[in-house]
This record gives sequence, C-alpha cells and structure tokens, in this order.
Amino acid sequence: MPLQSRHLLGLDGVKREDIQLILDTAVSFREVLDRPIKKVPPLQGKTIANLFFENSTRTRLSFELAERRLSADVLGFAATGSSVTKGETLKDTARNIEAMKVDMVVMRHSAAGAPHYLSRVIEANVVNAGDGAHEHPTQALLDMYTIREKLGRLEGLHVCIVGDISHSRVARSNIYGLLTMGARVSVCGPATMIPREIEKLGVGVFHHIDDVLPHVDVLNVLRIQLERDAGRLFPTIREYHNFYGITRQRLEKAGRNITIMHPGPINRDVEISAEVADSEDSVILQQVLNGVAVRMAVLYLLSTKN
Amino acid sequence: MQILLKGGRLIDPVSGRDEALDIHIAEGRIERIGRSLSVSSAQVIDVKGKIIAPGFLDMHVHLREPGFEYKETILTGCTAAAAGGFTGVCCMPNTKPAIDDEAVIRTIQSKARAALDGLVDVYPVAAVTAGRKGEQLAPFAELSGAGAVAFTDDGDPVSDAEIMRRALEYSSMFKKPIIQHAQDMPMTKGGVMNEGFTATALGLPGMPAVAEDIMIARDIRLAQFTGGQYHVAHMSTAAGVDMVRQAKARGIRVTCEVTPHHIVLTDEVVRSYNTNTKMNPPLRTKEDVDALRQGLKDGTVDAIATDHAPHSFDEKEVEYQTAPFGIVGLETAIGLVITELFLKNVLSLSQIVEKFAVNPRRILHLPDVKIGEGEMANLTIFDPAAEWVVDPQAFKSKSKNTPFGGYHLTGRAVGVFNNGQVYWA
Repeated sequence: MPLQSRHLLGLDGVKREDIQLILDTAVSFREVLDRPIKKVPPLQGKTIANLFFENSTRTRLSFELAERRLSADVLGFAATGSSVTKGETLKDTARNIEAMKVDMVVMRHSAAGAPHYLSRVIEANVVNAGDGAHEHPTQALLDMYTIREKLGRLEGLHVCIVGDISHSRVARSNIYGLLTMGARVSVCGPATMIPREIEKLGVGVFHHIDDVLPHVDVLNVLRIQLERDAGRLFPTIREYHNFYGITRQRLEKAGRNITIMHPGPINRDVEISAEVADSEDSVILQQVLNGVAVRMAVLYLLSTKN
Repeated sequence: MQILLKGGRLIDPVSGRDEALDIHIAEGRIERIGRSLSVSSAQVIDVKGKIIAPGFLDMHVHLREPGFEYKETILTGCTAAAAGGFTGVCCMPNTKPAIDDEAVIRTIQSKARAALDGLVDVYPVAAVTAGRKGEQLAPFAELSGAGAVAFTDDGDPVSDAEIMRRALEYSSMFKKPIIQHAQDMPMTKGGVMNEGFTATALGLPGMPAVAEDIMIARDIRLAQFTGGQYHVAHMSTAAGVDMVRQAKARGIRVTCEVTPHHIVLTDEVVRSYNTNTKMNPPLRTKEDVDALRQGLKDGTVDAIATDHAPHSFDEKEVEYQTAPFGIVGLETAIGLVITELFLKNVLSLSQIVEKFAVNPRRILHLPDVKIGEGEMANLTIFDPAAEWVVDPQAFKSKSKNTPFGGYHLTGRAVGVFNNGQVYWA
C-alpha cells in the first residue's frame, strides 16, 4: 500500500495508516543500519537535492546519510554563499535545481509554508525538513519510532512536550502525529511560550512542570534558544532552568520511569541536566540513529509515488 | 452626447428618493428626471432592474503612483475604479515620494485629470508626518490648500501619542480628519496573520487583534481630549466596533470604515498559504466578522472602503512570510457587498449606497452628490442581480492579487457617469 501523498509536507492531516506504514518500513531500514554493509539499492539512479535555506547540521547529515544508504545521488545546497544571498527567490532557486532533473527535494526553510509553496511550483517530490515554526515531520516520525521502540506502542501513552512551544515545529509535528496515533499529548512551558488556543488542537496545557510529570510516560524536551529568547520570553536562563529544567531530582519526585527525548542539539544544564541527558531513561542518541532509518523509509516510500 | 437611462431604480439617500425613474443626461448634465421620459435625440440605455445611485467614493485606495508604477498607475487605478463602480477614490500617501508636499499633490491631480478625461475624482490623502516617518508634522496648511482631503501615515501608524495629539489639534483647524491605520508596532513585529488558533496550527507569526484595539482606544481618548476628527481605517476587530460605538454615543468625533474582505473572509483561509490572503490588518475570526457586520447594520461603521493594494505577481509569488501585505479590491467590492450584506439581509440597498457614496464624502467634508435636474451627473449604476464569476485576469487594475478569483458573486457595477464622462462596462 503506497502513501496517500507524493510529498511529505507535514503530519497535519496525514492518516494513521500512512504513519504506521512509514514506521513499519523504517523497522527494516533500521535493521540495515546494523549490517556491516549499510547500503541498499532502492534509490539507485535517483537524484535528491537537499535545499537548506536555514542552518542545520544534524538534520542535513541525517538526510544525507539516509539518501546515500539508499544509493541515491545527493546534491547539497546551503543558503550561505549561494544565490539566495544575492536575492534570488525561492521559486527561481528551486526551478533552477529542478532543471537539473532532480527527483526529490528535501527542504529546510525559515518560512512556514515554504515547502507547501514549493510543492505547487515544481514537479519533484518535496520533503519538509522543517519550515519555520510550522512542521518538522521526519523529526516527529523518528520521535514516534523511538517511543514505539522503547515502550512498544504509542496508543494510550502520555507524551509531554516541554519548552518553547510557540516557536517549535518539532512540537507541532509531534502533536499532529501523536494524536493521530492515539497518544495523549500535553505541552508545558511558560505562558509566554505557549501559543494561543493550542488547546483546541486537543492537547493539555501546563505551566508548572511538576504538575504534569507524575502523569507522563515520555518527556520531549525542546531546546531553548538562549540568544533569542532570554529577557523577552523568560527573564533569565537561571530562572528557566529552575522552573523547567529536567533534573534527576525532579524526575525522582515524580516517582515513575519517564522516557527522556530531545531533538537536539541540547543545552546541557539549561533545559535538561547533563545527568538526565546521559541517563538510562534517555533515548536521545537512539533518536539520532532512528532518524536515519525513518528518513530512509520516507524517501523510499515517496520515491515509489511517481 | 445625450443619454436616456430608462427603467432604472433611483436610490438617493440624500434626498430620500427610492423609485423607478428615467434620467436624461445631456453633455454630462442631468436634464430631466421623470417617469416614462422619451427623448428622440438621445441614446437610450435600458437599465431595467438596475440601481442608479450617487457616485461611489472609495476612501481607501493605493494608486501606487508616483513610485510604484509597476503595481498600478493613476490611469490603471482609475480605470479599475470606474469598472468597479466608483466615481471617486482617495489615494493613500505611501507613494515614493510620499504625499507630504504640495508638488506631489499637484502631480497626482494633473495625472488624474488626464486619466479617462477626469472621469474618476482622485482625492489625495496626505501624510501626517514628513516622509511618513512619524517624527515631524507634515505641512497641513499647504497640503490642505493643494487639495488634501485628510491625513494619514497609512501603513506606518502614528505611534507617538504626542504626535497624534498635535496632529488631531492642528488638522482640526482645516476641518480634515486624521485617518489612522491602527496598529501597535512592537506587538505585531514579524507578524503575518491574525494571532489565534489558525496561526498556532500553521506556525505563522501572529498579529493579535489587541494590537489594533489598544491603538484605537488610545486615539479615541486623544480625539476626545483634543476635539479633533479621527477616522479608523479598515477596522477589523470586534473590540474596535465596540469602542467606536461607545465613542460615538459620547459625542466624540470618531468614524470608521471596513473593507469587503474583512466582512467576508476569516483567518481560516490562510491555511492555503495563499499569499493573497495576506493583508494588514489581517483577516480575523468569525466573531470579528459578525461584529463588523453588526456595526455596519447599526451605523457604527460609517463606510465601506476597499484598501485596494495592488502588488505585482512576482511580489506575491513567494513564501507567505516574505510576501507584501495587501490585495486589490476595487473591482470586487460591489459584488462582495451585495452577495454578503444585501442578499444576507445585513444592509438594504439604500444603506449600501450610504456606506459607499454618502458617508465617505461626509467624513471628508466633501459636498453631497446631488441627483437633480441641472446638476452634473455623478452616478454609479449597478445591477444587484447580475451573477458573475471573478476572473482576476479580466481586471482593469494592473495587479491581480485577489483571494476572490473564481468566486461566484451576485451584484456588479454596470457603469458610471462623472465630470461629463461615461464608463460603461
């Protein structure tokens, strides 16, 4: 059974069967990553362009690795030093790259909706690798994969996302995906970082982390943008850490095993203590590994949609 | 040239007339108004079922000239106005250079007289501050003398309360309103749509309604304090309607306008990421739309103006966050208003004529259009039953940036008379 769409723009509106299919397909690719020879042939002869209009190291590397593991030809494009800085529009950049006959485009962009726009003006399959504060679907898929791997299911679990929800594409994609898969989702953060009316998406809203911890199975801790937000969305780093920082002591008080996730890169001892990040309950590095398998699954499934 | 308009329904709120009457126009002047007229030498135009009204005036239009002629010119803008049923427009000062001195006004006036032989009256609205920078008052006396009908820093609101106070005081000497694009800038920095559930779902930066409300609240207090005349441009919030209603009840000199798009669309349509749903103020919620309609009905909202804001195709063909704010409106205004307000029993045809023709002129202290024998014909003729589909490529405007392409509308302008000229669609 193929996916319903030929693009992966977000998880909003994606059917449960499709998410299930991606996660199940990822299982076999995850197995490939444990082999001595980690390369398989399904995307041989396909060309994938990675258009990163916004800085990203791990997502770009993860996609590149997934593409190479699938035997695709990979074209890298970083906004710095490219024609974008000379004022070329997204449309022209994308069309130029498409003129080189690429089959798929993976795009990271600072503007919400940019991949949706791109999918309307070019022929290639489009994979959203993060658009503004909107969606980051492959991150949410790898998060779901990792939860399923660790806890055996998604349905009925309570996942709490902690941090700056307003500016987080990871939060939105996780909310859409997890709710579709039957999980319960809460968000927790200072009132300045919770976007208005988010409860209408079907999530619980908390401002005090200790209120929600005793009820959650999984904690997805978001990175705090130190430079951007201190003094504006919260007073000081110290105050944020005291109120929302995930520490051993705090987790012990909650009195249950909570799986700890983080999309990275982490600010040690700001949103999460080093001790917790490195603990047995942390699956942060599994997320990184699973990310490659999930992206392989997405690219593979989309490539069959042409 | 002699024209006999036969079988139309004359609706003139100023004289209180609403009846089927024929009108004989000779060389642009109304010769006779009466029943069953026949003039052997005149060209007869059958306007049965159509409404003849005083010429509509759109008090909020961006003609873009001088400075942005690739978006619109005075000629193309006036043609779009005539095609949309307007015999007059007020042009906003965010041109390049801004309308902040007499020479710019003179240039606009001379181009307007040349465009369509002066069919469309163009009333410049001048800047409140020099260069629209919000720092120093523009020369109101000079600008008024040259023909400015009001003052606004549209798009760049007068943020400084002291400057707004002085502008209200100073402009009242010339009987000219200060028109404010009400927006608190720090609260809306980076915003591209209404803040609320849809923005949250889409991850787009929001502009909260309260950023408009607090500016209206402040300005109403300043209008009360100074006794100056204040007009809220393209008001979009429910709280704004409440505040203007209360201010009017207290006798404060406040008026306001709304756009057709703000009474038709909500922020839900942004889900398409269609950049033609991006305007400022942004599309709001159902509650706001309902409140604006109620305000129109009870008279709180004085006027309907389009905020016609042409942008080229390429400017809008970008990411949502990058696209400029604004949509064209002149050629869809009557259709949207008839479809959404008349057919849905919000306003009568006579009230619609008041909002389009009578009240804008009164706010600007322009004389009422008189429909009487011996008067120059300044008429808008529209068909409230015409059904049509919006085709942006057929617009007379140079720009096609509308969210209404493909809309099925009822009600359309069929022609205008003004200054001895005729435009027939």
